[in-house]
Amino acid sequence: MSRTWLISAAAAAALLIGLGGAQAADKKLVVGFSQIGSESGWRAAETKTAKAEAEKRGIDLKISDAQQKQENQIKAVRSFVAQGVDAIFIAPVVATGWDSVLKEAKEAKIPVVLLDRQIETRDPGLYMTAVTSDTVLEGRVAGEWLAKQTGGTCNVVELQGTVGSSPAINRKKGFDEVVAKNSGMKIVRTQSGDFTRAKGKEVMESFIKAENGGKGICAVYAHNDDMAVGAIQAIKEAGLKPGKDILVVSIDGVPDIFKAMAEGEANATVELTPNMAGPAFDALVAFKKDGKAPPKWIQTESALFTPDTAKAEYERRKDAY
Amino acid sequence: MTRPAPGPSRNLPQYGALAAVLLANWLLFPDFFSIRLQDGRLFGSLIDVLNRGAPVALLAIGMTMVIATRGVDLSVGAVMAISGAVAATLTQAGWGLAPVLAASLGAGLLCGLWNGLLVAVLRIQPIIATLILMVAGRGIAQLVTEGQIVTFTSPGLAFIGSGSFLTVPMPVVITAVLLGVTALLVRMTALGLMIEAVGVNQLSSAGAGVNTPVVLVAVYVWCGLCAAVAGLVVAADIRGADANNAGLWLELDAILAVVVGGTSLLGGRFGLLRSVVGALILQAMNTGILLSGFKPEFNLIVKAGVLMVVLLLQSPTLTLFLPRPASPRPIRPPAKPESPSPSAGA
Repeated sequence: MSRTWLISAAAAAALLIGLGGAQAADKKLVVGFSQIGSESGWRAAETKTAKAEAEKRGIDLKISDAQQKQENQIKAVRSFVAQGVDAIFIAPVVATGWDSVLKEAKEAKIPVVLLDRQIETRDPGLYMTAVTSDTVLEGRVAGEWLAKQTGGTCNVVELQGTVGSSPAINRKKGFDEVVAKNSGMKIVRTQSGDFTRAKGKEVMESFIKAENGGKGICAVYAHNDDMAVGAIQAIKEAGLKPGKDILVVSIDGVPDIFKAMAEGEANATVELTPNMAGPAFDALVAFKKDGKAPPKWIQTESALFTPDTAKAEYERRKDAY
Repeated sequence: MTRPAPGPSRNLPQYGALAAVLLANWLLFPDFFSIRLQDGRLFGSLIDVLNRGAPVALLAIGMTMVIATRGVDLSVGAVMAISGAVAATLTQAGWGLAPVLAASLGAGLLCGLWNGLLVAVLRIQPIIATLILMVAGRGIAQLVTEGQIVTFTSPGLAFIGSGSFLTVPMPVVITAVLLGVTALLVRMTALGLMIEAVGVNQLSSAGAGVNTPVVLVAVYVWCGLCAAVAGLVVAADIRGADANNAGLWLELDAILAVVVGGTSLLGGRFGLLRSVVGALILQAMNTGILLSGFKPEFNLIVKAGVLMVVLLLQSPTLTLFLPRPASPRPIRPPAKPESPSPSAGA
């Protein structure tokens, strides 16, 4: 008994000294990151980019994979609090149920940054800032590009994301705003392709048949790149040229759409940047330096990419994803 | 136990429902039945129904026999993801077409063998036994693809999904061949009878000399193979393996196709062709909804409504009120032996 005691006490002491020593040496920031999981290529790229951005700034990043479960995320946050990290990043899997664990972090005076998704809470003081994209803006950017490209006259078919999901609702909303402003633009067909290639292809096949073998379609707007890739195949199999007979515009900026653009089969994509951690690190470093709190919402850029840079962008991205 | 001679009357609800759905599609979209050739391949909405219905039809072929043994295989969607992932990953690694197909179908066989052993040897209830692989299988597929959509350009593999044989799309050809082979296996041998016997009463069929464990393992292995073929078709179609989404929830569509096809979940008599027709009914509805221009929010409601009608047509209680062709099969002595009400015939 006494021996175990002695060992644990010694270990604890060593740990304390070790920690203290490290802090004294170079004051390396330690950040705990509770990531949702790796359910998509984009998510994996977000994790990879976070690691790279941390390394660039000399920050020690501890990543915990929650495997799509909120309880795992809560556990991870508690363990980060217990370790006394300098900040906690959370990519929340759901919007609600965070209040009590965020209070614990606040009491420990550890700033919390939300990545990629917002949460619902009555006390916004529970987190320092949220770094997310503006999904309505993404739809608007895509719509504006198409309006400009076609001179404001275009019969569009739309491949929606999963019915009821927030990116699907917002990306439709932003695009609809542009359509409303251009009297010559019309959404002639809209259906859900569930954000997948297979469904995107199937829905596009039907659209082509329903619109006079595709002759009535000027462009396809897909809520994500994967559905656009499926739609491109459907257009080809109907004997039409994607990118020419039917314009293709989508959102996300995954490597495969850049490949399609380089081959002239897609026309534009609006990037949802996987670099959510970079701006979060910058805000954190500034906060630690002079105590200035960042704005409550740091909006990432929704940049538009077109075929002229596609080849270089593909080379740059294929390893990040 | 007397069995009614299999006649067209028993298949009427299925063929009738398929015809009704196709007719509804034609009313919604007048060009529904128009077919033309495009790059040496049949092209039209009706072809889409057959082509897009192929994966679920393939699953339904294997699922029919599993259900006939009073089992169920929840893992087929995950097995599809595994076989697609194996095929795409190996193709990307530079393997030839033949070994890729062998490995991918082999993975399906192994999955089926696992399910079969759990059910037949360890005697775990099928719904639980196959639930294990349903959950784990998708994880295995994600491990194989490392969470990415693995794409390939191999024309040989892509041919399975989007090529054609004598102008007929390959998925349709593959489904027809697999249906034919399966029907030959079970109807030209005693295997079909044994499957039905195991489903009706496992103990007495064992007593009558049927090697029940072997029959059970065989149907699960065959179901795994069918799922692997379906997975290949889906991956080949989009030229990529999407471990997160390939075959997601398709196990439920397959079970539904079998039930719509009139095979009872309580095991026993089964109809392979009727299950395929069931799968086509489901797909005809999907395609019809896509052509109709309904808002996507209505998709599931329309589907559920049509399905309810099809299943109601098969309800024993309800069919008592419908005029029936002379059938020697009383479902149950009716409480009141009165003639069916004439008004129900309209």
